[in-house]
Amino acid sequence: MMSDTDNRRLLLEKVLKEHNYQENALLEILHRAQEIYGYLDKDLLMDISGSLNIPPSHVYGVATFYSYFKLRKPGEHVVTGCLGTACYVKGVEQIMQAVEEEFNIKRGGSTTDGKLSLLVTRCIGACAMAPTIVVDDEVIGKATKEIVIAKIKTVLGEIKFEA
Amino acid sequence: MKLDDLQRVAEQEVDFQRAYKHRINVCCSSGCVPFGALKVLKAFEDAVKEFGVEKECKVARTGCIGTCSVGPAVLVEPGDYLYQSVTPEKVREIVRDHIVLGLPVKEMLYQNQAYFQKQHRLVLRNAGKIDPLRIQDYISAGGYSAIAKCLATLTPQGVIYEVRTSGLRGRGGAGFSTGQKWALVARAQNSPKYIVANLDEGDPGVFANRTLAEADPHAIIEGMLIAAYAVGAAKGYIYIRSEYPLAIQTLQKAIAQAKSMSLLGENILEMGFKFDLELRFGAGAFVAGEETAILASVEGRRAMPRPRPPYPANSGLWKKPTLIQNVETLANIPLIVQNGGLWFSKLGTSKCTGTKCFSLTGQINNPGLIEVPMGITLREVVFDIGGGVPDGKKFKAVLVGGPSGGCLPDTLLELPIDYDSLTKVGAIMGSGGIVVLDEKSCMVDTAKFFTEFCVEESCGKCTPCRAGLARVKEIFDGITMGTGKMEDISTLEKSGVFIRDASLCGLGQTAPNPVLTTLRYFKGEYLQHIVEKKCEAGKCFKNEKEA
Repeated sequence: MMSDTDNRRLLLEKVLKEHNYQENALLEILHRAQEIYGYLDKDLLMDISGSLNIPPSHVYGVATFYSYFKLRKPGEHVVTGCLGTACYVKGVEQIMQAVEEEFNIKRGGSTTDGKLSLLVTRCIGACAMAPTIVVDDEVIGKATKEIVIAKIKTVLGEIKFEA
Repeated sequence: MKLDDLQRVAEQEVDFQRAYKHRINVCCSSGCVPFGALKVLKAFEDAVKEFGVEKECKVARTGCIGTCSVGPAVLVEPGDYLYQSVTPEKVREIVRDHIVLGLPVKEMLYQNQAYFQKQHRLVLRNAGKIDPLRIQDYISAGGYSAIAKCLATLTPQGVIYEVRTSGLRGRGGAGFSTGQKWALVARAQNSPKYIVANLDEGDPGVFANRTLAEADPHAIIEGMLIAAYAVGAAKGYIYIRSEYPLAIQTLQKAIAQAKSMSLLGENILEMGFKFDLELRFGAGAFVAGEETAILASVEGRRAMPRPRPPYPANSGLWKKPTLIQNVETLANIPLIVQNGGLWFSKLGTSKCTGTKCFSLTGQINNPGLIEVPMGITLREVVFDIGGGVPDGKKFKAVLVGGPSGGCLPDTLLELPIDYDSLTKVGAIMGSGGIVVLDEKSCMVDTAKFFTEFCVEESCGKCTPCRAGLARVKEIFDGITMGTGKMEDISTLEKSGVFIRDASLCGLGQTAPNPVLTTLRYFKGEYLQHIVEKKCEAGKCFKNEKEA
C-alpha cells in the first residue's frame, strides 16, 4: 500500500505534467500544491523549483509575495478575522484582541499545542454582515466577542455548544 | 449551435418559464449563503412539493438581490415581492399564504422601497432574476444576442464605434475611455492579442465584481467575446481572487456551458470567429489590480508593476497587445451593442455616462450592493438609499474609493459621484467602495488603518511608496500613542504629496489620499490628538498591548 506522502507527490507530479513543467504556470502550481499539502514548506518549494528548473529564490519570492500562500503548517482549527474596511469600522479589532487574550495566541500564529491558528484576511466580501469572523469553514456575521469565543471553544471541544 | 438556434433556445426557454405562474428566486450568493440560503432553497423546494404546487411555481437559485444586510433574501415573481431574513421555518408560511392562497406575507416583506427607487440596475440587470448556473436563463433574458448581432451585422470597427459613442469609461478605477482603449489594441500590429478581465477586487470592503460574477457570469463572458471580436483577440483570461470560491465555481460552470453550446471555442455560432477563455487565480495581492502587475501575475510572477510606456495595448501579456478591462466594464458591453452607443451616452452625466456599482457599508442602516446612475449625489446614496446612520448617531464622513480613496465630510454631501468630481475633492472612484463613518469614528485612526493597509500591500519596488508610506505610518503611530508633535502635520502633508507624485503605480499614487483628505477636512482632530492628547472616539492613546 502506498503511503499518504507518496500519493500527494503523485498528485503534484500530475499537476506539474498538466502544466508541461512551464515556468509561467508557477502560480497555478503553487495553488494546487497548497490544496494537496495544505501548506507550502521549504522542501516542497525546493521540489517545485527543481521540477520547473527555476531558481529556488524565484519560487520562494513568488510564494512569499502573495498572502494567500501559507508557508507554515496551520493549526487543527483555523480562526480567520476579516480586517476589511467594513469590519474594521464595525469593531472587528476588539474581537480579535479578545480572541488573542483568551487563547493566548497572536495573529498569524498558532497555539503551542498546534490546535488553533489565528489568521487575518483583508476581506471575505460579506461586508453587509460586518464584522465577520470565520471559524473553520463557518462564517459568523454581525459577530461579537462572546459569540466568537464560545464558538471557538466549541470547535476545540472545550465546551458543549448550547443554542 | 448556429445563429438561428440561439433565437430558438431563447423562445423555448421563455415558453418553459411562462408555464409557471410564480417564480421564487432565492439569493444564493456569498452574502446570503453563510446565513443559511441553501437551507432556505431546499425548504422552498420541499414546500412547493408538499403543497402540490411544483408545476405552477418554479423555485430558482439566483445571485444577489441586493439587500445583503437582511439575508437570506427571497424574491417572489410576479410582482417583485421581496422577503427578508427568510429562515427554513418561515418558508412553509410563504408558500402556503403567498403561492397557494395569493396573500403575500406582509410582515416578512422588505419594507424599505427607497432602497431601490434611486437605483438603476443595468450591469446588475439579471442579478437576482436569473439562475446563474443555467445558460438558458441568460439566453432567454436576451443574452448572447449582442455577440450574435456583432457577428452577423457589425464589423469590428463598427463595434468600437458604438463603444466610443457610448462614452463608457473603465470601471476599474482610473476611468480611461473604453472605446479609445479598444481602438488602441485593435490598431496594434503584433499578434496574437489577448484580453484580461480583472476580477481581482482587492479592495477590502468591496464586493461588486464578485456579486456580478456570482449572479450573472455570462454577461462577463459575452462582454469579453464582443471585446475580442472588436480588437481581434483569440484568447482571454479572467483573473479572479482565490478568496472567491463561489464566483470561481460559477464562472467555471458558465464557461463549460458556453463551450458546450459553441459560444466559446473554435467556431463560435458557426460564424468563423474563435475565442477561448481560461480562469487565472490571484493569490491575495492588492497591487495585482494594477494593469501591468496583473500581467506579471498571469505570467506566473510576482505582481509588481513596471513603468509605462510601453502600454499593455502594445506590449502586454508575453509582450503581445493586450486589452485589460474590469469585469463591470465588460458587463456593460452587451447592452451597448444591443441598444446602441447613443442610448448609453444619455445615461448618467455627459462626461461620465452609465451607472456604477457600489458596495455600501460601514455605519449605515441599509448596507448592500447598489447600482446608481453616475452623477447621483453622495447624500442620495448615503441617506436616501442607505437610510442614514443607525442608532440616532450623527453622520461624520464617507469614504469613497477603498483604502486609497478619500474621507469626505458632510459639507461635501451634495457632490455628484463621477470620476472628475471625486478627483477634485481628493477621493477616487476606485473600484466602488463607499464606507460610512459615524460620529464615534476617529479620522486619525481611520487614516492610520488605511496607511497600514497600503504599507503591507506595497510591492516594494519603488522607494516613495515603500519607504515613504512606512514613514507616514510611524508618524501616525506617534500621534495615536501620544508623542505627536506639531510639525508632524506638515511632514504628513509634504510626504503625502511627495508619495503621490513620485510613485510608480496607482497604488502609491493614491495611497496618501486618506491622509491628505483627513488633513484637509478634519485637521481639528489631528490637532486635538497632538495638542490635547485627546481622542473623542476613544480609539487612540491605548497602551501597546491594547492597541
